[in-house]
Amino acid sequence: MTSQSRETIALASEPPRARAIARPSLRQILIALAVLVAVVVPFVLKSFFIFQLTLVMVYGLAILGLNLLTGFNGQFSLGHSAFYGIGAYTAAILMEQLDIAYYWTLPCAGAVCFLVGFLFGFPALRLQGLYLALATFALATAMPQILKFHPLEPWTGGVQGIVILKPDPPSGVPLNADQWLYFFTLAVLLVMFAGAANLATSRTGRAIMAIRDHPIAAATMGINTALYKTLTFGVSALYTGVAGALGAIAIQFVAPDSFTFLLSVSLLVGLVVGGVGSIPGSLFGGVFVLFVPNIAERVSTGLAGAIYGVILLLVIYVMPSGAAGFVRFAATRLKSKGKLR
Amino acid sequence: MELLLQQVLAGLATGAIYASMALAVVMIYQAIDHLNFAQGEMAMFSTFLAWQMLQWGWPYWAAFVGAVVLSFVGGVAIERILFKPIQNAPILSQLAAFIALYGILNSSAGWIWDFNIKTFPSPFGSAPLFGERLVSTHQAGMIGVTLLMLALLYFFFRGSRLGLAMRAAATNPESARLVGIRVGWMIALGWGMSAAVGAVAGMLIAPVVFLEPNMMLGVLLYGFAGAVLGGLSSPGGAVAGGFAVGVIENLAGTFIPYVGRELKLTIALVLIVAVLMFKPSGVFGRTVVSRV
Repeated sequence: MTSQSRETIALASEPPRARAIARPSLRQILIALAVLVAVVVPFVLKSFFIFQLTLVMVYGLAILGLNLLTGFNGQFSLGHSAFYGIGAYTAAILMEQLDIAYYWTLPCAGAVCFLVGFLFGFPALRLQGLYLALATFALATAMPQILKFHPLEPWTGGVQGIVILKPDPPSGVPLNADQWLYFFTLAVLLVMFAGAANLATSRTGRAIMAIRDHPIAAATMGINTALYKTLTFGVSALYTGVAGALGAIAIQFVAPDSFTFLLSVSLLVGLVVGGVGSIPGSLFGGVFVLFVPNIAERVSTGLAGAIYGVILLLVIYVMPSGAAGFVRFAATRLKSKGKLR
Repeated sequence: MELLLQQVLAGLATGAIYASMALAVVMIYQAIDHLNFAQGEMAMFSTFLAWQMLQWGWPYWAAFVGAVVLSFVGGVAIERILFKPIQNAPILSQLAAFIALYGILNSSAGWIWDFNIKTFPSPFGSAPLFGERLVSTHQAGMIGVTLLMLALLYFFFRGSRLGLAMRAAATNPESARLVGIRVGWMIALGWGMSAAVGAVAGMLIAPVVFLEPNMMLGVLLYGFAGAVLGGLSSPGGAVAGGFAVGVIENLAGTFIPYVGRELKLTIALVLIVAVLMFKPSGVFGRTVVSRV
């Protein structure tokens, strides 16, 4: 139902009869196939690769958070490393200090980040474009320093950070710890992606996008722009915070210097490469963020940065609007060819 | 009182670094309407070029002029080769291209000249100015050169035909094209000029922070902060903003007890954001009014 109404938006020029057909759409088939592959993969691959795929999903989720804010609401952020860090630290502190089970840390991290994001959305209301970028950048720069701040050390562990234990699979489940974590992450990912897709096609989602496209017109039509913008900030932070918590559980370690401004930049690159405003594109962004630096490192250690840059430039030349834009372009091309014949 | 004065002076000295970078940032912003994330790395690369020429035994000013000219050509080349093909891509994609350029320049500089810290000479010497410890002759010279560049740019943009054409191309490309301005080349020229300003900034900063591929990261970020604080549409505002960031950072570190020293950058940034709450287009910036 959701995916069908998504298509109506995407193909507004198509006649509505396409909707009446009851058989599953191409998109639904693709999603089902992707989930099937995702379920089979951990039984085929080595442990380390399963771990990497878990991280791909974590980054994909974080990028989705950024995407909700930038791609759907048109607000720019260089501060998502801070939300990711807050999520990660919330999970680590809860598990280490209060002995709370790892799965309960996710809603807590989400709630904390939602609140922080929502509150940060208020000053952000006054700022636009590069000025907002600066404000969020301030957040990103402040976060590692606050985490290192001496009076907070009993909780944050200061520069040392916090080491946490890898969760064991529940007894009776025939999986090793890596596989279990993979499936746990996959489940969270599916729920949250479905949530985002639903949000995007709902009345709220249309309001959010209307604000991106023309804030003045949106306000004239009775959309409470201030409320929606701050709420989007909150939801976006929630997604990235949950990703941070998952990342902390997967890596089993948090330290202030993992959550610097550079993480925000990687998330931004992932967003652009995956496709701004595309929900599945976020996952592709996660793949890029995790694997391309490794590939660059393997080609040449000394010139890793340069090779990363060249790959990124090539990707932008080939797909100026990201992977999602490229797929859309290719699909339209194929469709119009089919019609000519 | 004396402490306050000392800290303000020291802040102005660091602020001069930020101000010269902020000026380069605003220059390119005027020409292309985006912030260039690779600006600092371009300046760093130019400084390495100058260093290389000094190693070859060139006199300081010959290397200085050589680096500025090469940077200008390099800036134009980067625009023509890398950014013209994607001029119609979405803004965020262009931003990612800046990040790519950043990686390329940073890592190739490390590859060519290695990551060891190198000293870079100053044309002004490093003796204390007027017998005071706080401001050295180099820092005074740096403040002077920054103000001189600002004046030159001001007269170029206000007084010359080319400057007028560049401003027109930036504010309204369509109309500028209709009156016969070659907008594409004006943008390339803007890149060249900002690379040249960046080169001067880099050569002034290098004696203070020492020369190495990562020397510019912090400087660029605070240069950005200064530029945004002053207002991106005003070069004078950017320079003032750069100085202000330096002074605020220093004063916060000295006078706010307990948290000040550890969190001085954070405090400076929070203050800047607080200022922006009241002046969302920067202190000296023009508010852009859009027609509905």
